[in-house]
Amino acid sequence: MTQVQGIAQPPATSPPPLEARGLTKHFPVHGRAAGTRRTAGWLHRGNLRRPGADGGSGGTVVHAVENVSLTLAAARVTAVVGESGSGKSTLARLLARLLKPTSGTLLLDGSPVPAGGRGRRAYARQVQLVLQDPFSSLNPVHDVRYHLARPLQVHGLAEPGASIDETVTGLLERVSLTPADQFLRKYPHELSGGQRQRVAIARALAVQPRVLLADEPVSMLDVSIRLGILNLLGDLRERERLAILYITHDIASARYLADTIVVMYAGQVVESGPAETVTDRPEHPYTQLLLGAAPDPDRAGRPALGRRGAPPSLVTPPPGCRFHPRCPHAMAICADAAPPAFEVANGHQSACWLHAGELDAAQASPIAARQAGQAPAQPPGPGEGAP
Amino acid sequence: MNGQPLLEVSGLCVDYGVGPDAVHAVVGADLVLHGGEVLGLAGESGSGKSTLAYAITRLLRAPGMITGGSVSYHRNPGQTVDLLAADEGALRVLRWSQISVVMQSAMNALNPVLSIGSQLTDVLQAHRPEMGKAERRARAAELLAMVGIAADRLGSYQHELSGGMRQRVMIAMALALEPQVVIMDEPTTALDVVTQREILEELTALRERLGFAVLFITHDLSLLVEIADSIAVMYAGRLVERAGATALLRAPRHPYTLGLLSSFPALHGPRQHLTGIPGSPPDLRQLPAGCVFHPRCGYTMDRCRTQAPQLLPLPVKGSEEGTGRWAGGTGRPPEGGEPPRAAACWLQDAAVTAPPELSAPSLAGSQP
Repeated sequence: MTQVQGIAQPPATSPPPLEARGLTKHFPVHGRAAGTRRTAGWLHRGNLRRPGADGGSGGTVVHAVENVSLTLAAARVTAVVGESGSGKSTLARLLARLLKPTSGTLLLDGSPVPAGGRGRRAYARQVQLVLQDPFSSLNPVHDVRYHLARPLQVHGLAEPGASIDETVTGLLERVSLTPADQFLRKYPHELSGGQRQRVAIARALAVQPRVLLADEPVSMLDVSIRLGILNLLGDLRERERLAILYITHDIASARYLADTIVVMYAGQVVESGPAETVTDRPEHPYTQLLLGAAPDPDRAGRPALGRRGAPPSLVTPPPGCRFHPRCPHAMAICADAAPPAFEVANGHQSACWLHAGELDAAQASPIAARQAGQAPAQPPGPGEGAP
Repeated sequence: MNGQPLLEVSGLCVDYGVGPDAVHAVVGADLVLHGGEVLGLAGESGSGKSTLAYAITRLLRAPGMITGGSVSYHRNPGQTVDLLAADEGALRVLRWSQISVVMQSAMNALNPVLSIGSQLTDVLQAHRPEMGKAERRARAAELLAMVGIAADRLGSYQHELSGGMRQRVMIAMALALEPQVVIMDEPTTALDVVTQREILEELTALRERLGFAVLFITHDLSLLVEIADSIAVMYAGRLVERAGATALLRAPRHPYTLGLLSSFPALHGPRQHLTGIPGSPPDLRQLPAGCVFHPRCGYTMDRCRTQAPQLLPLPVKGSEEGTGRWAGGTGRPPEGGEPPRAAACWLQDAAVTAPPELSAPSLAGSQP
């Protein structure tokens, strides 16, 4: 924990390469009530069973990402952790401008990014996305050289001919695919999963971006080669001062790689802070649940999971705090009002009413007892309290 | 039945294809599953763990072929079935009622056009013809309740269930006839950590109540260490190490196991730089000579490049020296003893002094 405070902060004078303010994305649920069910499967299974409940299909939306603010600083890895359906991939696509946000702004080097399609190419020069599945993100009919030369041509970064080969070789060396000439003429099917992901990362690096968005870059890879990719991302942070967004469902790997961890639940940020502080002293009950459920060979005895349940519908999210139906500490106020982010320590924020100092008795009355017969649990550990 | 060997696999070899181009997916696998035990089978994709499970249950499809070895199932004491020699009729009697399988992807394993209820009752109808319709339905409801799903879900179809619920239905289905052995092929891989934990908790509770043995296949060694009694690690079709779960975690004896264990970042303590395992798993069509792991191994000796090590028993507390069998010939470890362990590595050869991180704590003179 002491090491965390030791991590050097970037100088406050230069604006961060990429900043998101209040990003919100609502996906409209198309079609009439009859057609809605069909859409449901791929949007969020099981969530759209009663589309009429939200006042007709006209205004029905999936609240995929809600008011997320995020700063990606140079030479830092920010990890976004959450379950599937928590909106972390949508967030990555918003940051890559593959999706148009419903509201909120993106700031590139401190200046607002135009909302429309203008400047997309210039933006892509600075911000690149690496996808989860290297088996489908590379084109099977093109070789490695094509994959790496194409972004150079599109962005006008290299003369055709020998200089492209030189740049491409350099890229392969940057992602430790050596000897590079052996890989130039290979097709994706000739590469292993880890090598493919390295090619995908090299392709993102081709345009010399300053921000790298990695959406679950290791979850499709074998255990023994995951660390290689994580260490590569760590190296890129050190050597090239890239601002990296690492999206994952594996909180242990986030702790390993990231400087900052942002925990998302049901489209909202519930906790954020320095990586080791968040994992060693989690403040939000959801982070505690995530950490309790993660496999941990060193754990003595069985973990206590507390309240079970599944993430809520994002079409009709629960009122107040979206986690309150599953929360072992839920109080009356949690069902009424969404908690703001409380600053629980320096740079460590948690959006939970447990951190509000002044709650009257009615607001703080536990609602845990009336559900599932669970005893109201103790407030979470030390370190919380009045902000 | 508890503690007695239930399923014995010895020298099992599986090839894909024939002739010189055949891929040897499993080579000489030796495993013993005891009654009531959770045996974990860990390995990366392509290491042959699923192939091994399908070969044991004779579910292997062409071009997969069992080319050697034996699999015996001890149905009752004294009544042994040779699964590799059994004909379809005999297998039909055994499958599901004695040995059942939970497939990896519940999405593909459930029939999308039949309700959950009809798929559950179908099993009962086939194997328990004496049951009436109402009885079958009641049993199906009971099975669903057992895995924590309300009985009114019997009429649901798979697309109406979440991923975790589908996997629970698969587990309920596998337990419908109260089998002795349940083989689970990556049952929680596609699930979120919280759901995974819930399912594992339920599985543990059911196993304590019903007493079945589990062969749990996964690539997640950190998970296995928590739930399994003993663990077998596979690499490129070969078993490289076998040990009790705690022993494997505390003192791995094969460099691959050591590498795998240090590929999982810890949730506590100071952050350490981990190196994982260099390189990538080998192509089964072009295996390296000697030990298949030697190109990625940090301890390679000359011998490793030419000679393949055999899976040999290692001495543990409570076993007869060097045999890996329990003193007294019983199937169970004596009081305080560890499960037998074995490793396929030249470092464990008597003539070689293994590095401290790969030697037995007692031999190296250090205690964990």
